[in-house]
Amino acid sequence: MESFLDTWGITAMVFAPLVGVLAMMFVPEKEEELHKTIALVATVVSAIVGILLLANFDYGNSGVLQFVVDRSWIDVISARYSLGVDGISLPLVALTLLVVPLVIVYSWHHIPEPGNAKAFLMLTLVLHTGMLGTFVAQDLVLFFVFFEVVLLPMYFMIGVWGGEQRLYAAIKFFLYTLFGSAFMLVSFLALYWLTGSQTFDMVELAQRVQSEGLTTTEQVLLFGGMFLGFGIKVPMFPFHTWLPDAHTQAPTQGSVILAAVMLKLGTYGFVRIALPILPQGAQQWAPWIGLLAVIGIIYGALGCLAQTDMKRLIAFSSVAHMGYVMLGIATLTDFGINAAIFGMVAHGLITGMLFFVAGSVKERYHTLEIKRLGGLLIQAPRMGWILGITTMASLGLPGLAGFWGEFPVILASWQPSAGLNTTLFRVYMVVAAVGTVLAAGYLLWLLQRTAFGNPTEEFADDPHIHDTVFTEWVAWVPMLILIVVLGFVPSLIFDVTNEPVSLVGDVFEALGN
Amino acid sequence: MSQLPTLLAGAGVFAAEETAEAVVAQSWLYDNAWLVFTLPSASFLLILLFGKRLPFKGAEIGIAAVSTSFILALLTAFTWIGDVQDQIAHGGEGEEHSLVVTDAGLGGTAGEAAESVAVALTAEAEEGGHGGDVRGAPVINEVEWFGIGTDANRAVLGTDANQPNQAPADDGHGGSSFSIPIGTQVDGQSVMLLIVVTTVSLLVHIYSTDYVHGDRRFTHYFAFLSLFTASMLFMVLASSTLQLIVGWELVGVCSFVLIGHWWEEKPNSDAALKAFLTNRVGDIGLLVGITVLYFAADRSFSINTINEMATSGAIERSTLTIAAVCLMAAVMSKSGQFILHTWLPDAMAGPTPVSALIHAATMVVAGVYMIGRLYPVFYEGFGIAGGNINLMAFIGGLTTVGGGALAFVQRDIKKVLAYSTVSQLGYMVLALGVGAYTAGMFHLFTHAFFKACLFLGAGSVSHACHHSFDMKADMGGLRKYMPITFTTFIIGSLALAGIPPLAGFWSKDEILAGAGVWPGTGGNGTFTIPFIFGLITAAMTAAYMTRAIWLTFFGDYRGHAHPHESGPRITIPLIVLAGLAVVVGFLNMPSPFVSAIGLPSSWAHKFEDWVEPEGVASFVGGENGFTHASPSLSLAIVATLLAAGAGASVWLYYKRLYARDPKATEYTAETGSIMTQVGALAVGHKVLEEKYYLDHLYTDVIVGGTKGPVARAAYWTNQNILDRMVDLVGTSSVAVGRFVYKFIDQGAVDGAVNASGSLAEAFGQILRGVQTGQIRQYATLLFGAATVLVAVFIIAV
Repeated sequence: MESFLDTWGITAMVFAPLVGVLAMMFVPEKEEELHKTIALVATVVSAIVGILLLANFDYGNSGVLQFVVDRSWIDVISARYSLGVDGISLPLVALTLLVVPLVIVYSWHHIPEPGNAKAFLMLTLVLHTGMLGTFVAQDLVLFFVFFEVVLLPMYFMIGVWGGEQRLYAAIKFFLYTLFGSAFMLVSFLALYWLTGSQTFDMVELAQRVQSEGLTTTEQVLLFGGMFLGFGIKVPMFPFHTWLPDAHTQAPTQGSVILAAVMLKLGTYGFVRIALPILPQGAQQWAPWIGLLAVIGIIYGALGCLAQTDMKRLIAFSSVAHMGYVMLGIATLTDFGINAAIFGMVAHGLITGMLFFVAGSVKERYHTLEIKRLGGLLIQAPRMGWILGITTMASLGLPGLAGFWGEFPVILASWQPSAGLNTTLFRVYMVVAAVGTVLAAGYLLWLLQRTAFGNPTEEFADDPHIHDTVFTEWVAWVPMLILIVVLGFVPSLIFDVTNEPVSLVGDVFEALGN
Repeated sequence: MSQLPTLLAGAGVFAAEETAEAVVAQSWLYDNAWLVFTLPSASFLLILLFGKRLPFKGAEIGIAAVSTSFILALLTAFTWIGDVQDQIAHGGEGEEHSLVVTDAGLGGTAGEAAESVAVALTAEAEEGGHGGDVRGAPVINEVEWFGIGTDANRAVLGTDANQPNQAPADDGHGGSSFSIPIGTQVDGQSVMLLIVVTTVSLLVHIYSTDYVHGDRRFTHYFAFLSLFTASMLFMVLASSTLQLIVGWELVGVCSFVLIGHWWEEKPNSDAALKAFLTNRVGDIGLLVGITVLYFAADRSFSINTINEMATSGAIERSTLTIAAVCLMAAVMSKSGQFILHTWLPDAMAGPTPVSALIHAATMVVAGVYMIGRLYPVFYEGFGIAGGNINLMAFIGGLTTVGGGALAFVQRDIKKVLAYSTVSQLGYMVLALGVGAYTAGMFHLFTHAFFKACLFLGAGSVSHACHHSFDMKADMGGLRKYMPITFTTFIIGSLALAGIPPLAGFWSKDEILAGAGVWPGTGGNGTFTIPFIFGLITAAMTAAYMTRAIWLTFFGDYRGHAHPHESGPRITIPLIVLAGLAVVVGFLNMPSPFVSAIGLPSSWAHKFEDWVEPEGVASFVGGENGFTHASPSLSLAIVATLLAAGAGASVWLYYKRLYARDPKATEYTAETGSIMTQVGALAVGHKVLEEKYYLDHLYTDVIVGGTKGPVARAAYWTNQNILDRMVDLVGTSSVAVGRFVYKFIDQGAVDGAVNASGSLAEAFGQILRGVQTGQIRQYATLLFGAATVLVAVFIIAV
């Protein structure tokens, strides 16, 4: 068993969903139940392998890559099939393994218009493989392939199963992300040539960049390419405009996956690739990233305040929340990066939940226009409660997960890594702290206008409005439990991320002194 | 010290062995203080899960849990008092006491975590100077909460290895991470608040079983009372500032939920939102202030470490000032200080028992409590010693007068009490601002009982008057119908007004003396302006309470209900609280008074002995600071006469008014007016009625502006500038593509160029296609192009 995990574990986990896709190809479209079962089984198998990996993970050495697979792949350019898990990727792998099966459970009774469970679930499974692969890839080319594989299924999900303006949103999402990826790829290739290392291995490249003595200018330029690729994916202000459209138009499942996992591909890229490989570049970029991050925090919050649509409001809140994550990364301290990773997981769970609830509200009321809603706590009290808890988590209430992605970031900004301008980051800190007030504002106003009060006349006697159903409970309870548990036991994540993050932090400490 | 009750030491023994000179003040109760807040939090879950199916709809679980917490709190208090008395008895022998951190609490956590903080905080004993006399030093029990950062990192940042409780935690795998502990800190101040919270909470639980009987969300109400109690106790026992934040915000969210208890009506949810958002504004200060202290104390959240370093001068005065100013913002919002007090009167939208528990006796004193917890930071940061004014004393003074003035113009009895609470909280902050630590804490203690008594009394009155709180329209003459409520309300009011020998007299007098202005009082400085504010408030308090009492209980009944005395579950808590309002003041009688009436001198200033860590005397202000003011008989007489005089004049005013027209509640054109006709007075009256226009400023200007024009402008920018630019890139690519196609590339097209060209074209066309409806073809085209592009990338690399 041990040896299976060591050699095949990660591969099995990543590609199990694709086996499901293969199976589904041979099942006729009208066998919906069977498709759902196959999809669920595929993701559960993937999750079981993942759990076995988690169970056998050596948490004492979370800074070291484990279950490493390293085989030749495209010899011409010495790209290798190189996979591994360490403390930085582990929480995100776990998040993905949790969220996708829940999305499939939710889909049991919620296949969006125009139906076709087969195609919809197959795309979900392809997405699953792409996301898992991105988090475990240790080779830049492999990373890039997985990173791009994710785009197509999501493009179709939005474009086919989306809202009224789905095509515009889908194409904008696709092209914008691809535009960034092109720059990222250029940076990857340039790294390959500049270091002359004949490898795309992340760890080796990081060493080569130092030993070959890439100049700061070169690093700044290379970092800039990656910044576009990852920054658009996050998305950072001012590259965020694809996000509200994509989120608003996407079907519930798409929004959940997009918010819970896909946005993290960008932030993960910063922590995994851009920072360790190009530390000098990162140091030059950090003040600018911090600036864009805090602008995003305030700007996203203001955008939320101006929304009249519940889903679009939640979408805009991601811009603000990812601002905290990016600010944490920009401090280049272990405190800040740990908090950023925590923030990624917390945002994934919380915003994923918000989109789930929004989807269920839409299903019942056939609208998400805030003005027309109200009295959810009367018509669907349990769902109203869930919305209440989730908004509280989203505004960073201590005792729930959101807090640990927020306060430690604010704290870390007081004392950024040596070599960064302390005063500047202290200004960022205060702006970020002001952002918490605005966050409370738009989220509580949302809660007040949708959950409190009496139902509007339009829906007061609508028999279609019912409380949470079984599949919703199954999909939501694990996420809600995690939101609470992580709030009180932050060590569940910090203990895993701390060691590898400290290694990254040490690089910058050394650099600053 | 072996006389101290050492019921159970566990790992505490280990700590004692480690440091020979450390003397262990141990008790099972101290080690397990976490039970006090764990029980009500368990009760919260149980009520939510099973409450509705139980005969008393969950109230029984809440009462059982809070009673148990109450008993534990009482036992802890008795143990604490016993320990302190022992220390006093043996104080002369020059024994070295020390505070000890043990790891016994929060049992069941991994052994490695326990090991991590088993470090004796022997700084006081070792450093000498003010060591050797630390009666009432805190007992801290901590375990590791989580680890973050590395040990090496700390070395880089110059962390002093001599800071014992920052020892790196061995994470058991060779590496070491920077440990952030969670735990309980038992000392006089926290024990005092444990008593206050559990007592008032228990009485409010009992009272509520009648008061909210038959409410639409009875079970939910009790669940949140439990959660509130748990959060408050968690905050009170916090040993670190990080925990303080957690508790601080959790009580805030409980307050939000309970203010908005009847959320069907918009004014209630508005009030809840206002409370939460105003507190969030103050929380900016809390987050920043605690961050500043964290780095200033060499990366520590430990309250004790921060205090020690602030006292010993290890943290620069200017840093402390920044932290103190930031934290002051948090105090202003949480404890209703001017100018962030406006949420507190609105918070009266919640059920009355909630107002008594949360918005009078406990949660709103959190800010005051936090000042006490980090007193050295404020004391040094504001340079209280030898001063004559500082930010804290000024805000406290402004609040106490400003809040008191607003209490005059309210029709709603709960609003009178709410503004009175604002005013009294100002008194406490003023006390702390002038260096009268014990006086401030003592006032917090006495105020909790008499103000809870008054609020619950107001609830009882409204219970009898069709749930109205309008004194002018629906009350009057109620003393005949509700004798118990009337009597207890009078006792509470006298205590609040500071009439001897009731509780408020002792604490208020101590604060006035503490300002150090009256001849012979000494004190920490000469705080003339705060002192004058304090005296004015003493008079105002008596006056507005007399008005409220007259309007409610005297004259003729003006309402349309059939008033009746409330049932025993309401009156018994009133009687208990009124009884406490009579007696608790005697806990801190000044020594001259004690000797004058012939009691043994050991009866004097007990509260000070028990609550003020003798630490603080040495601890705050070093050798030259922090002196206790001496009581002054003449000051006590003057203040009492002021209050009595003010009360009497209001009484006469209403007496005369009543003689003219028995139904009148104020002088009007018919009865001959004062207030509304004399020019200057009328303006003043209007300003008060409009609450200094602060609500207009906040709600209409700031919040309205942000939600309206500012947010809309930002969104406009988003849609019309940023997003338009994205679209523009698309359309201009099409234009470029056309140009290239037409003039440069007619015909001959290779695969890659074709792909990217049509890609750009498609993007632009699609954007236009949204209008022209030709989306489908372009989408197909685009998808094809994109696929090719991806393929090109993969094959090319």
